This record gives sequence, C-alpha cells and structure tokens, in this order.
Amino acid sequence: MMSRDPLDELFETARGGNRRALGKLLTMVEKRGETAAMVSERAHNHAGHARVVGVTGAPGTGKSTITGRLASVSGASRPAILAIDPSSPLTGGAILGDRIRMDNHVSSSAFIRSMATRGHAGGLAVAVPDAIRVLDAAGCDPIIVETVGVGQVEVSIAAAADTTVVVVTPGWGDAVQANKAGLLEVADVFVVNKADRPDARGARRDLELMLDLGHRGGWRAPIVLTTATEGEGIDGLWDEIERHTAHLHDSGDLARRRCRRRRDEVADRIELSLRDQVDQMIQSESGEVVLSRVDRQELSPAAAAEFLLAELKSHNPLEG
Amino acid sequence: MSEPPADTSPSPDAEFEAPIRVVLAKLGLDGHDRGLKVVARTLRDAGMEVIYLGLRQTTDSIVAACEQEDADVIGLSMHNAGHLTLAPRMLQAVDQAGLDVPVVIGGIVPADDVSTLIDSGVAAVIGPGTSAEEVVSAVKAAVDRQPDAQ
Repeated sequence: MMSRDPLDELFETARGGNRRALGKLLTMVEKRGETAAMVSERAHNHAGHARVVGVTGAPGTGKSTITGRLASVSGASRPAILAIDPSSPLTGGAILGDRIRMDNHVSSSAFIRSMATRGHAGGLAVAVPDAIRVLDAAGCDPIIVETVGVGQVEVSIAAAADTTVVVVTPGWGDAVQANKAGLLEVADVFVVNKADRPDARGARRDLELMLDLGHRGGWRAPIVLTTATEGEGIDGLWDEIERHTAHLHDSGDLARRRCRRRRDEVADRIELSLRDQVDQMIQSESGEVVLSRVDRQELSPAAAAEFLLAELKSHNPLEG
Repeated sequence: MSEPPADTSPSPDAEFEAPIRVVLAKLGLDGHDRGLKVVARTLRDAGMEVIYLGLRQTTDSIVAACEQEDADVIGLSMHNAGHLTLAPRMLQAVDQAGLDVPVVIGGIVPADDVSTLIDSGVAAVIGPGTSAEEVVSAVKAAVDRQPDAQ
C-alpha cells in the first residue's frame, strides 16, 4: 500500500461533504505561497463543473441577504457562498459580518466562507479564483461570490462569474450615477432590492433607460424587483439566473467567458508576483537608500522609480 | 548600489503570516451586544479577522461557522447570567465536533464563577474594565496554547 498524500486525503474528505476539511483547504489557498499553489493545482484537476454567480452592488443594498436567499432557492444540495469584505489597510484586520445576514435564510446545507481582502487588492484577484476552484473541486454548486461593488477589483471579481448580479436600491441615484459606478457594464441581471420602498419603479425605469441606450443585441440584462428580507422576488431572480445560464450554454458564451477568466487570472498572478518583488525592493536596503534621497528631494519620484525599475529588471532574466 | 539587496523580507512565494480568525457571538437569549461590537472593533484593530455572528446563536451555529471559517478561537459574550450553563455546553459542542478551538468568554461573570469556568476548560474570562491590550493578548494567548498553533 502506498501511503496517501495528506492533501489528496483532505480533498477527498472535503468532496465527501466534510466542512472542516473544506475550511482547511480554503485557509491554505488564502495564505498564498507554495501550499496554496499545490492546493490550487490539485483543485484545478477536479474543478470546472460548478456554476459561479457573482453578486455585487453598493454597501447596504442587501447583497448578503439576497445571496443567502439565493443559496436556498437554488434547490441545490450543496450551495456555497464566498462573502468578501475589505481588510483595514492600516491594521490588516477585518470585520466579516456577512454571515449574520445569511444564517437565518440559508439552509444548513450551504457552505459559507467569509474572506478578507488581506493586503493589496491584487492578492484577492488570485485568492478568489483559487477559493472558487477549491469549492468547485469539493463538489459545491452553485458558488455565489459576494463582493462590495466599490473599486475596480471588487467589481471585477464579482464580474468574473458566469452570471453577474448587480444590486441597486430605490433612491440610489439616477442613470448618470449608474454609469459612473461602472456597474452597468458587468451586469447580466439587475436587482432593485428593497422594492417595498417608494420609487422602486422609478429605479427600474432609470435602469431600463440606461439599457435602452447601451443595448447592442444579444443578452439584455433583465431587471428583477426584490424585497430580500421578506424573500419576495427571489424565486424570480433565480429564474433569471437560470435563464442566463441557458443563454450562456446556447450561445457559446460560457466557454468564451471562462477562457477570458483563465487568461485574466494568468495576468493577475504575474502582476501579483511582480508586485511582491516591487514591495521587496522598496523595503530592501538599496530601496531605502533611494527612497531617502526622495525624502530629501534630491531625487524626483519619477527618477527614483526609473532607477529601481532598472534594478528590478537587471535581476529578472525574463525581462532581458 | 548595484548589489542585489540583502534583505530579510520574505521571498515572493513565502506564505503570509495568516491573521488570527476569531468567531464572535452571543449564545441564546441575550440582547446586550454592545460589548461584543466593541471587542470586534478592538480585535480588528489588532489585525485579526473577526467573523461576527452577533445575537441569538446556538452552539451548533457557532460550531458550523468555526468549521466553515476555519476559525482559530471563539469569543463568547455573556450578559444573561447563563454562563455556568451555556459555557460548558459550548465547550462540549466544540469537543464533540472534534475541533481544537479555544473558547474565550467576556461579559458579566461574577468573580466566584471565573475559576469554575476556567476549570471547565474555558481559555480565558475577560470582565468589565479590561483594557483593549488585555483583550487582544488574552485572545492571542488562547490561540497560542492550542496544540496545533502555528
């Protein structure tokens, strides 16, 4: 008998439905480094089956409540939720409070994991696809990823799903605001949540107008009115997500989207690694020498950056 | 200056020193959550990741969260005089799930009960007037004492 690889064993236990094993695997990919790479590689071999739904929108629009409800109405036996909240840039700590909006609505079969952004956002762009891969490999489906829709990276993470749901509320601002936020382009399905409030129809009308302006054939994002705290409209929302899934299959967009996602991830991984090298260089002794000259205004930031970049390239054979 | 920098920072592929992940909750019927919110903020400011479950949790819901979140420590806030009943049940639930997660208790616990709780396996009891630093170090110490602590 060959001795089993502990990582394989952990995966197998997780696939069997063991939450603790799955929790440990997710911790491993969150840590980055060699272990994360090993876990990611193994997950890669078993992933690619789960549907991935992104939910994003401004803070306080009801994303967590909707996400929790969606996991329930999906009727799936093993839904998973990845709830992402920002880390404090000052202390690195985070308060991950999405669970309290979900627990009441989610069946106990759902696996919920809270994730903090940890350090610069580039790290998230790598950790999230890895976490999705692990959940997928463990047999979870669908996987719902919830992020705050502020900032390019957070939006792009939710947008890197098969289906992206953008949540707004009545009184969120007019069509101009919607354009500014950069959320419109990524939406496959719109939700006007808190539809029991006045002017939910007005919010829907604004969205319709925006869509009329920008629509260029193909899929037109439907708009669903929900009152998530009451569970109203959630079935309809899930129907639209399913309809979009069918559209993705029929049109061949699913394969295209997933290809693009994988390509983006390659670039993100390279970027993250380079970013680490930059951080290292900045914190190194020679970096400090250069930076202190910037402090004394002997060197402009641009000149210092150019110097350090040349230094970095000289240690990097790929750059030639 | 053209020498490669001889620094001590970790290599790009080095693992993060993962933040402590702490699950904070109140068990059962106990509505006083201001203290828990203050502690959540305190631990966050100390660089920890706080999974905030808030009010009206059960031992099962806390254990489930610990498993899914791979938490390092549980923080329970108690203001309903139920600590002698509820704390041992929490410890039992953690034990039955096969978790190695220490339980720290905060809130109103009479001095006479503190040693009872500690004897029953609670990692630390933090009462009113405890400074932010003491809260942080109590949580850290509880995590460090665990056998599989990194």
